[in-house]
Amino acid sequence: MDRIPILKMGPFLLVTIQVDLYDRLALNLENDLITMVSKTGARGVLIDISAVTIVDSFMGRILGNIASMSRIMDAETVVVGMQPAVAITLVELGLTLQGVHTALNVERGMDLLYQKTDILLHQDEEEEEAPEQDPE
Amino acid sequence: MDTNSTARLLLKKKQDILVNWMQNQLLDDTLRDDLLSNEELNKQSEEFLDGLLKATSDGNFENIYTPEFEQTLDVLGDISITRARQGFSPRETNLYVLSLKQALTDVLEQEHQNDPRLLYQEVVLINKLLDSLSLATFETYLKGREEVILRQTDEINEISTPVIRVWDGILALPIIGTLDSSRTQIVMENLLQEIVNTGSSIAILDISGVPAVDSLVAQHLIKTVSATRLMGAECIISGIRAEIAQTIVHLGIDLSNIRTKATLASALQIAFEMLNLQVRKTGQAGNTKLLR
Repeated sequence: MDRIPILKMGPFLLVTIQVDLYDRLALNLENDLITMVSKTGARGVLIDISAVTIVDSFMGRILGNIASMSRIMDAETVVVGMQPAVAITLVELGLTLQGVHTALNVERGMDLLYQKTDILLHQDEEEEEAPEQDPE
Repeated sequence: MDTNSTARLLLKKKQDILVNWMQNQLLDDTLRDDLLSNEELNKQSEEFLDGLLKATSDGNFENIYTPEFEQTLDVLGDISITRARQGFSPRETNLYVLSLKQALTDVLEQEHQNDPRLLYQEVVLINKLLDSLSLATFETYLKGREEVILRQTDEINEISTPVIRVWDGILALPIIGTLDSSRTQIVMENLLQEIVNTGSSIAILDISGVPAVDSLVAQHLIKTVSATRLMGAECIISGIRAEIAQTIVHLGIDLSNIRTKATLASALQIAFEMLNLQVRKTGQAGNTKLLR
């Protein structure tokens, strides 16, 4: 049976959906992801849907479900890379994914997760980036 | 009465009719020789008359929606559509066909001077034919005008939704004119596409150019904001005038989930804050610099 791989990255789980989701696959994903959250005690879940071009109300609901379930288990959910067409469809369907954080790309999604969960893994880098921008 | 003989008579007198008709057209005060040269008019008229006389040659003066008239109607349609685009008035366009009536009846009058009854019948016949032709002209003229209007609407839609990159990571979208469903769709698509292209995380929707906000427009704004959020960007609505704020509250529209600002300037300021940017004065007067 088809499954979508779930990768563990430190305290977070990373899922990239590279195919168009059909109902069975989405349900499996929901199941697997929640099992993984409870098994690893992950603090955040990042779902990359940049390759998804078609969504329906079911898919929207699954995303919402995953977010709510993770929330109960103390993990934040960030959905990243939504295509414009997908966003418009979801809004037209009346699914604004309340409770789901969104970000433009994986990088920013990760930053957002660190921010939301107060984990400072990138401390060193942040210091490097800090002020120091000489005006001329 | 034999309509065939009428047709034959007209065919025989074609040259007279054409000359007569041209004269009528040229004499008219409303002739637009600035838009159409006389030679062209002559050519057009001859072509049209040819087609018309051919179509009526077997005595059909009644129904213009028969295959014989197809070519005539095509020619007429072309003429009126071109005229609609060139900016002729409806009167000028219609007069083109109606002035032919005079020319035709003149010829018939000369021919049947001694038989008023026959003359009357034929004039009625010609009248009917030209009236239906003038109706057809008007219809095509309107169609031509409507095409022009549609094209302009498209153009307005195209030009009136620019997405401006005001800062690295900040987009502004001034909306001018009324927001309806189709425009919201275009605005939304443009904005979301631009967010993807530039990787911006803040979009400012400026509605100072929107004349009025009703519940439908507010609905559209909320939709745009939600879609932007789904993409992972934050959306700020700015340019809310006093009247608009009043209507929004009176209509009971809930905008509490949406960041709103009175002016584009304050929206930009908030955006800077969200990106941890700071605008401040340097030592020299008037010069502002940005520091991270």
